[in-house]
Amino acid sequence: MPKTKLVLTVPPDMVKEPLTWRLIKDHDLMVNILRASISPDEAGHMVVELSGERDAIEGGQRYLASCNVKVESLEKDVAWSEERCTHCTACISVCPSGALILDRDTMLVTFDSEKCIGCELCIPVCAYRAMEIRV
Amino acid sequence: MPKTIKEINEKIRAGKAVVVDAEEIIDIVEEKGTAKAAEEVDVVTTGTFGPMCSSGAFLNLGHSRPKCKYSKAWLNGVNVHAGLAAVDIYIGATELPQDDPANSVFPGRFSYGGAHVIEDLVAGRDVELRAISYGTDCYPRKEIRSWVKLQDLNEAVLTNPRNGYQNYNVAVNRDKDRVIYTYMGVLQPKCKNANYCSAGQLSPLLNDPLYKTIGIGTRIFLGGAQGYVYWQGTQHNPSAKRLENGVPASPAGTLAVVGDLKQMDARYLRGASLVGYGVSLAIGLGVPIPILNEEIARYVSVRDEDIVAQIVDYSSDYPNGVSGSLGQVTYKELKSGFIQIDGKKVPTAGLSSYARAKEIAGQLKEWIQTKRFYLSEPAGLLPGVESGLTCKPFSERPIS
Repeated sequence: MPKTKLVLTVPPDMVKEPLTWRLIKDHDLMVNILRASISPDEAGHMVVELSGERDAIEGGQRYLASCNVKVESLEKDVAWSEERCTHCTACISVCPSGALILDRDTMLVTFDSEKCIGCELCIPVCAYRAMEIRV
Repeated sequence: MPKTIKEINEKIRAGKAVVVDAEEIIDIVEEKGTAKAAEEVDVVTTGTFGPMCSSGAFLNLGHSRPKCKYSKAWLNGVNVHAGLAAVDIYIGATELPQDDPANSVFPGRFSYGGAHVIEDLVAGRDVELRAISYGTDCYPRKEIRSWVKLQDLNEAVLTNPRNGYQNYNVAVNRDKDRVIYTYMGVLQPKCKNANYCSAGQLSPLLNDPLYKTIGIGTRIFLGGAQGYVYWQGTQHNPSAKRLENGVPASPAGTLAVVGDLKQMDARYLRGASLVGYGVSLAIGLGVPIPILNEEIARYVSVRDEDIVAQIVDYSSDYPNGVSGSLGQVTYKELKSGFIQIDGKKVPTAGLSSYARAKEIAGQLKEWIQTKRFYLSEPAGLLPGVESGLTCKPFSERPIS
């Protein structure tokens, strides 16, 4: 089943809209909330993973756009620069999703963007600015 | 049969020297024993790559016309020390730009500083020089602003008064709820993570624990070029407690090193931004160890499981200068990803890159094998255990 990870920016007047419920009920999608920060009268931010048929995902995205929700693909969100990375491993213990991977034989770090949930915990701990948020 | 450095250099010249890195020698010694290994192997290469705050560079910019005696100067806005001769300056790795907010908005980002200027210079990038002067008859010019780049300078010499720390602490945060930002990285409260900073079995001084071969004048790999050890490093502490194998159980010896910045490679000289702490320079260092006899073969066969480090609390003990350890762990445990503290499983992370340390030891090995690097005879050895030298705390005498 196709899956996609999206970064949603919800305008303040839409925070009361039951977005996830509609994605599930009306668009037949599986919604996994990876991160969310929503409070009344403020723009909300969510990182979600949508699973469903391709048409359903597209329909869900159209629905979100109709609610003025800004929809961005997560893969673009956090990027790893292989050139900047010194493989010091400082990021390994803070990455909660296993996106930053350390091969314990070679002690080399790699990044699996598929597993990244965009929590950004790696950003401040990287002294070499190898982890970047791409807007 | 003991060997001499001269004999090893003759073998290098003849293309017959046997060179392995400090990881490879472990299996050789295990398989063949120290006597056979000492006979067969001529040089063991070591390496380390991590933030070394005690770093900087002396630069001579050449005279402008008319001439100017810098009294204050900046490179890319970062303060440099101009209290030397007219156009000599010193740029310290941890120096910040004049207008950096530092930790006034906590935790500070420290995205640029002296170390980044050094990295920019080594990468061949243009850097903005600004200097002012009070003007003299012989140096009348009062201000200069110009782009400068490394290859246009007369001299650029990297110096580390303290590098290659022989072992280091494992940092944890015992506070109940406060996240702390240290030179050992970001530490979560209640000992939720532990950070370490040593290449362990690859680290230069852990392979020559009693300073039998590394001394003043030892030729080394420094930042991708050939450099030298010029003295024992600051805070050199040969009197630290040692294990039976001679390896210190806490931070002990250090090296002062020097090299030509113009020959260096930005891959091995990286500006580091430690959030909430400041700027540092990560440097690649590699030291060749001549296997002169069986005793030295035994030292270089040290393994991660034979080296211990002390777990130190950076929330209260370290900042207050209270000595004490919450326990000791081996580098094998640290590199496994988890250690035990008070029966709890704590994730570990490094600040020193083992992968790059291995790369440096490999690079040095290749230089020796291809006759681009010969060993040097040290002019003098570093103060050892017998010197009784210790690293003293500050002797404060308050002025009323």
